[in-house]
Amino acid sequence: MNKFSFHKPLITGVAIAAMAVSISAVSAETIKIGASAPKTGPLAGGSTVSYWPNVKLWVEQVNARGGIKLKSGKAKIELIEYDDRTNPGEAIKNIQRLATQDKVDFILAPYGTGFNLATAPIFAKFNYPLITHTAITDKIDVLTKRYPNIFFTLGSTTAFSVSVVNILKKMRADGKIGSRVAMVNVADAFGIEMANAARPVFKKEGFEIVYDKSYPLGSPDLSPVIRGAKASKPDAFVAWSYPPDTFGLTAQAKVQGLNVKAYYTAVATAFPAFGGKFGKAAEGILGAGGINPDEAAMKKYFAAHRKVTGKTPDYWASGMVYATFQILEKAIEGVGTKDRKAVINYIKNNAFKTVMGPIKFKNQNNEKFWTVGQWQGGKFYGVSSTGRPGAKSINAKPKW
Amino acid sequence: MRRRYYGGRRRWEFVGMTRRELYGLLTGIIIFALASLLPLVNTGYGLSLGVTIAMYTVLSTSWALFSGPTHYISLATAAFFGLGMYVVGGGLEMYPFPILILIAAGVGAVLAGFIGIATLRLSGVYFVIFTLGLAELIRQLVTWGQTTLGTSSGLYVLTNIDEKMIYWQLLVLAAFVYLIGWWINRSKLGFALRIIGNDEKVAAHSGINTALVKVLLFMVSGSIAAVTGALLAPRWTYIEPTIAFSPMLSFLVVIMALIGGAHRLWGPVLGVVPFALVWDLITAKFPNQTALMLGIAFLLIVYAIPHGFIGLGEKYWAKYKVWRDRA
Repeated sequence: MNKFSFHKPLITGVAIAAMAVSISAVSAETIKIGASAPKTGPLAGGSTVSYWPNVKLWVEQVNARGGIKLKSGKAKIELIEYDDRTNPGEAIKNIQRLATQDKVDFILAPYGTGFNLATAPIFAKFNYPLITHTAITDKIDVLTKRYPNIFFTLGSTTAFSVSVVNILKKMRADGKIGSRVAMVNVADAFGIEMANAARPVFKKEGFEIVYDKSYPLGSPDLSPVIRGAKASKPDAFVAWSYPPDTFGLTAQAKVQGLNVKAYYTAVATAFPAFGGKFGKAAEGILGAGGINPDEAAMKKYFAAHRKVTGKTPDYWASGMVYATFQILEKAIEGVGTKDRKAVINYIKNNAFKTVMGPIKFKNQNNEKFWTVGQWQGGKFYGVSSTGRPGAKSINAKPKW
Repeated sequence: MRRRYYGGRRRWEFVGMTRRELYGLLTGIIIFALASLLPLVNTGYGLSLGVTIAMYTVLSTSWALFSGPTHYISLATAAFFGLGMYVVGGGLEMYPFPILILIAAGVGAVLAGFIGIATLRLSGVYFVIFTLGLAELIRQLVTWGQTTLGTSSGLYVLTNIDEKMIYWQLLVLAAFVYLIGWWINRSKLGFALRIIGNDEKVAAHSGINTALVKVLLFMVSGSIAAVTGALLAPRWTYIEPTIAFSPMLSFLVVIMALIGGAHRLWGPVLGVVPFALVWDLITAKFPNQTALMLGIAFLLIVYAIPHGFIGLGEKYWAKYKVWRDRA
């Protein structure tokens, strides 16, 4: 036996004790935050771009600052995350588990309209604030009356379609386009709702819808849609589209040379992958959403997002997802405790500085949001909003 | 209580049931009574899990009612389930909820009837492929209908029906499914089904109208799946075609029924309960590897218990009997 061997356990013991002390000193208090969203299933493509990287970013940043400031001291975030597999039943179960088994202090809003609505009753039952970031609905009035804890940030369906019409109206007034509009939509929840909202407004404003077609979700071949649109000789092309078809339609429009001065595709036009795929051809393309990427706070957010997650955020929902986390953090700090009811009230009655600009809820709804953006010089700039400053002027789309 | 004589052997009977059947019935009643107490004990996470288990129990058991004896693998559960959901989503503003449940049952039965007449004369593989495509077909039809009618296709189901009520409704439906299954098993219809399952030609030669029997059973099964969808619509609140007609549901139902054992009425539930619990454990412990863990779980199940839990139980029961008789 080595004569020094007795030191070893002693040293180890001291080291462990020291570690234990240092750990307990750091983790004096933690705040448990839950998150449930798709990691697999049809919606995972969207949530892994716009949602999960933001969760990671926010938790890392808050913990690097030492945690959320409570009256009793700083509390580091302990994150509990679940995969809802793009299934409402699983999402409900996950939120229940977070609320009643894990007993988390706060829960981040789920991803997508349907999942926010399916889990809203549980959030309400246990008084968790539900600050939605990816829910677009025309039922905001009904839902906020029903659930005193729900908040909407991204906007309503009608606002999105009306602002597209308004943009075309402005371009027409500037003499950039005529009155002939080709409109197509994906035959799914979002696309149908948007097309139905837009149709009467176009007519009212004196536009002629020369082509009006829907195509099923997941159509692999969109060339007939574009061929039909091109044959109708439109001045403007509007597609209420989802991520796969936003890419498919644009690729076809480029191949077939559908040259219009106003070209709009809806969801996913704001994805960095869209700019990445079409490069210079993306110039002048209009799409749903938008941000002001030149604002200082937004620039800082983009840099941090790239550094921590290795991915570029999208130019629409990403920023809003992160903004809702900021609102939650500020509200908890404003109250200074984990009292959820007080936090809900704080959110209702205060204004918040976020990466998307200042947000103040009116009847639990953020009325100032970006509706249309445009690719200009490799970035997707907001060109139309319901009251957000910094909108860029709209350019006519050059030829492909 | 009556006593009857069968060829000189006296058998114990109670309103037409043998002693074994009566015990089965009593056990069933006790289990249902205990299950119905769940919402009084836990209204949080336990109840959510309970709803999931009850839902899959109904779906798997009603699936096995048809597919168990006939050996026709149907992947159409999602088609009926989604249709039931859309009946509630689309009709909630016009009709009261109970009426919608009945409509869902009717629509499910009619659809199953049409499909049955069109496809059940075919055998095996053709049927499987057709049913797999069916959910997609119905989804496209529903979407097309909504586009032409001009309503928005995301439907809101805002009601005051809470999870507790949904759970009890599902339990009642489950009890109904078991009663139907029990009744079919001891009726001529069940006998005919078992003969069809063993050899369809023999069945036809014995004078059984095989097509009619199969269509009838398929209608029962489809109708129940539609009602399940209708009952769950208020829980999901917002219904979209992609989610209501998810093919994943059809596969899960088949997998759970097969894990339990589809050749017995109470087989599927023995698959549903452990499956739901394991599935849940995976979700909780491995949020980032659910698909991988699920795959591993499947492999283990297929290798370890190829004939389902019931098959496993029956194998050891047979061994025990041999051992007992020898001893």
